[in-house]
Amino acid sequence: MSTPDPYAGERLKLSPFHPRQQALNIRDAWTSWNGYKFAEHYYEAEYEYFCVRNLCATYDISPMQKYQIQGPDAQTLLNRMVTRDVAKVGLNRVAYCVWCTDAGRVIDDGTIFRLAADRFLLTCGSPCTAWLERSAYGFAEVEVKDLSDALAALSLQGPTACAVLKKLGLDGIDAVKPFDIRHFSLHGTALMVSRTGFTGDLGYELWIEPDRALELWDALYAAGAHYGIHPYGETATNMARLEAGFIMPGMEFNEALKTVHFEHDQTPFELNLGWLVDFNKPHFSGRRALLEEKRRGPKYTLTKLDVEGNRPAEGGSRIYGNKRCTKAVGYVTSAMWSPAAKANIALAMIRTEHRQGALWAEIYYEKELRQYSRVAKCTPLRKPFWAPPRARATPPPDY
Amino acid sequence: MDRYDSIIVGAGHNGLVCAAYLARNGQRVLVLEAAPAPGGLAADREFHPGFHTSIAHSIGHFSSKVAGDLNLAAHGFTTAKRRLPVLGLRLNGEHLVVDGDSLAGVGADDAAAYKNHRARMGRFATTLSPFWLKTMPRISGGSLADWTTFGRIGFNLRRMGREDFREFLRVASLPARDLMDEQFSDAVLKAVLSWDGLIGSKLAPRSPNGAVPAMLYRMAEAARGGHSIPSGGVPGLIQSLQRAAESLGAEIRCAAEVRRILVGGSSAGLAVKGVQLANGEQIEAARVVSAVDPKRTFLDLVGVRYLDIGFTNRIRRLRCDGTVGKLHLALSGLPEFSGLPQPNGRMILAPDMDAIEFAFDDAKHGELPVHPVMEILMPSLADASLAPPGQHVLSAQVLYVPYRLKGGWNDAAGERMRERAIDAIAQYAPRIREQIIHGEFLTPEDVALGCRVTGGHWHHVEFALDQMLMMRPTYEAAQYQTPIPGLYLCGAGCHPGGDLTGAPGHNAAQEILR
Ligand SMILES: Cc1cc2nc3c(=O)[nH]c(=O)nc-3n(C[C@H](O)[C@H](O)[C@H](O)COP(=O)(O)OP(=O)(O)OC[C@H]3O[C@@H](n4cnc5c(N)ncnc54)[C@H](O)[C@@H]3O)c2cc1C
Repeated sequence: MSTPDPYAGERLKLSPFHPRQQALNIRDAWTSWNGYKFAEHYYEAEYEYFCVRNLCATYDISPMQKYQIQGPDAQTLLNRMVTRDVAKVGLNRVAYCVWCTDAGRVIDDGTIFRLAADRFLLTCGSPCTAWLERSAYGFAEVEVKDLSDALAALSLQGPTACAVLKKLGLDGIDAVKPFDIRHFSLHGTALMVSRTGFTGDLGYELWIEPDRALELWDALYAAGAHYGIHPYGETATNMARLEAGFIMPGMEFNEALKTVHFEHDQTPFELNLGWLVDFNKPHFSGRRALLEEKRRGPKYTLTKLDVEGNRPAEGGSRIYGNKRCTKAVGYVTSAMWSPAAKANIALAMIRTEHRQGALWAEIYYEKELRQYSRVAKCTPLRKPFWAPPRARATPPPDY
Repeated sequence: MDRYDSIIVGAGHNGLVCAAYLARNGQRVLVLEAAPAPGGLAADREFHPGFHTSIAHSIGHFSSKVAGDLNLAAHGFTTAKRRLPVLGLRLNGEHLVVDGDSLAGVGADDAAAYKNHRARMGRFATTLSPFWLKTMPRISGGSLADWTTFGRIGFNLRRMGREDFREFLRVASLPARDLMDEQFSDAVLKAVLSWDGLIGSKLAPRSPNGAVPAMLYRMAEAARGGHSIPSGGVPGLIQSLQRAAESLGAEIRCAAEVRRILVGGSSAGLAVKGVQLANGEQIEAARVVSAVDPKRTFLDLVGVRYLDIGFTNRIRRLRCDGTVGKLHLALSGLPEFSGLPQPNGRMILAPDMDAIEFAFDDAKHGELPVHPVMEILMPSLADASLAPPGQHVLSAQVLYVPYRLKGGWNDAAGERMRERAIDAIAQYAPRIREQIIHGEFLTPEDVALGCRVTGGHWHHVEFALDQMLMMRPTYEAAQYQTPIPGLYLCGAGCHPGGDLTGAPGHNAAQEILR
């Protein structure tokens, strides 16, 4: 008889795709996400990044939190919770959303899938159970169900993604528009596909019951064999999303329910997500505060920067309004050398009133254990760092 | 022309006070009351043919400013010369009598200590009294008016003098038990003097923070906490308020239950439109002022869909579980309490503070108190018309009766509670059972259902530090305005709190008329 595991409750859970991912994780580079064992990278982050940009690659989003919100009050509940107008999200469409505290500070971002007039799927990076429970209180006719462990999900991103799904036999996949949802059947099992992702590229997310996850994986990898399909981990995801200009909790924003200090969290306007805030809605949680914020203007604004030189202005670098670096006006939240944009890019929170002036980043770096710093001029960008037409094209280019 | 300037939901005394002030200022006012008659917790209750009482049975600190502003005397309201002494009953019949500054029936040390206690509490009460009739400052509004009020509170406290100021800070949050133990030795005296710090709240002698504020709140007026019963009983107050409001032009409709407060929405945001009655009728108004408790107002009448999620959660978490039951007895004659010539006061039946504490302990675990403690009044002694000739009404506030009884309330539990309360009285008035024509016991649940008050709570919302002053009922609704433009609160759930004071109704009207 074996002795019981004294740490059983502490061990990381394994994703439904784990057996296959384990076999491919030749570096044994694991981290965790929402209690799941999660690949930081499989072989090498940059290699995986190039797979995403040039071929196609899979990213395990099973650990994401998924909630089904169903009932006659479902739309009302969500419309009160998020800043966007959910009424405008059509059947089988997905909308990117944020939701805020009463003070208009962002709690989290995520996507809402409308699966029926009265049924939605809400997905987000961190557990949202408590906030959903609060949001649902007082609505008689709605049921919130946590499907996080009951739904496996795999993201397939990159230029050959559509071709692979076609090969897999998903007829009509090339007609699926960005933010569309289409329902297929894979070997008799329901497979939901949404044209969504976190890379800014052509890509899809595949949703299936956990018991059939490995079947999906095997079929997908068989179909993708000649299209360069690879798995990619968290580091490569972070690179791709930064090029796409997407925000990340713990980097661009702090989840408002987890901050202690006043205004150490952000408003949608500060995150440049004002377009998600629909004041035509008579009410949503945080509306009064956000209206006031809009009137006053955000204190900071998330700004895309093109940084001179090729040294990444690693997260945390200060941004100054003068070259002598005496007038601090902000800080870098994420930065990298972008192979796709062929530019040294950064996202930075800049005091709004200083966004128009000259900006300088003080960059610290190391060369063979010697510490150096330099001051680099930064140019704010209005356009995305990188936005390939294929990401929006329907049908996408074939391979 | 069916659009009103203000609709007041609920004709409790606060709704009536608010209505009268608004009407006095020329507003077209409609008061809607669900019950067949106005009054709320102070409404007349004929619990047996010919026998009348009301749930709230005496008046302690009704605002003299309100009475003056609304000229209530002209409408028949007076408490002058009707003050009730407080009687601390002892099983041996040697009762103690507290009547304002005078105290009889205790030892010389206690009598001397009482003088000091009374004087000191009086000074504290004087210092605080202006603030019960003022809108509290916003916690984070930062307007000049807010800071001025804050400043004035601080200034007034400091002006008491160094000694009093230090003592005030020391005793303000003391449990009643500590406050009493450090001054007095007589067990009944301690129980009697604690009483007004405890009754109505989920608070026992050993509970910190709440007792002294409640005592001082109740000493706000000139009577310094002395109670009285107006002519006609407490409903006499309601009658005069109704007359005052109507004579100023307010319309009062009873048996008109409001089902929803109507909120309109456009790209300009939300705004109150009016109300919808249970019968479907819709009535429009520029503003709606709710005297209904905050939980019902926001969660039932407005609906969460119009409220922010954090705000909703704070309303939902408000502590509103009532702790007081009411015993009403129709008696064939005047009951005889051993050693008492006339039962004409607020009679406190609590042999010591432990008795109060133990009754609380039972209730806090969801049990019926094994030995309830109580305050008894004979309303029919103050006004003979409240009972048939020669007969009498006994009204008792029984502590502590849990709103959430383990296993839930039912007839049997209510009867058990009634019998226990009568047994407790019989210890002091041994022949009482022979005189009972009819008896009813109202549990907090009965009060909740019958009077439409969440939890059957005395103050609508527990009167406790976290739900007082600028936190009452919660921030963003603590200045009578609410997050919904055009919707106001004016009931006991607002600053300063419950009891028959008229203060919340007065303050809300001032805020609306600003
Ligand atoms: C058991 C008990 C004993 C008490 N004894 C005393 C005492 O002796 N002395 C004292 O000073 N205080 C006493 N109090 C406290 C006091 O009665 C209350 O604090 C006070 O009456 C509150 O007045 P109000 O006008 O704010 O609310 P209420 O008197 O509760 O009035 C609210 C009104 O709103 C109405 N209403 C509710 N919902 C609707 C709706 N949907 N549509 C229309 N109308 C509606 C209700 O019917 C009610 O008439 C006692 C309280 C209790 C529970």
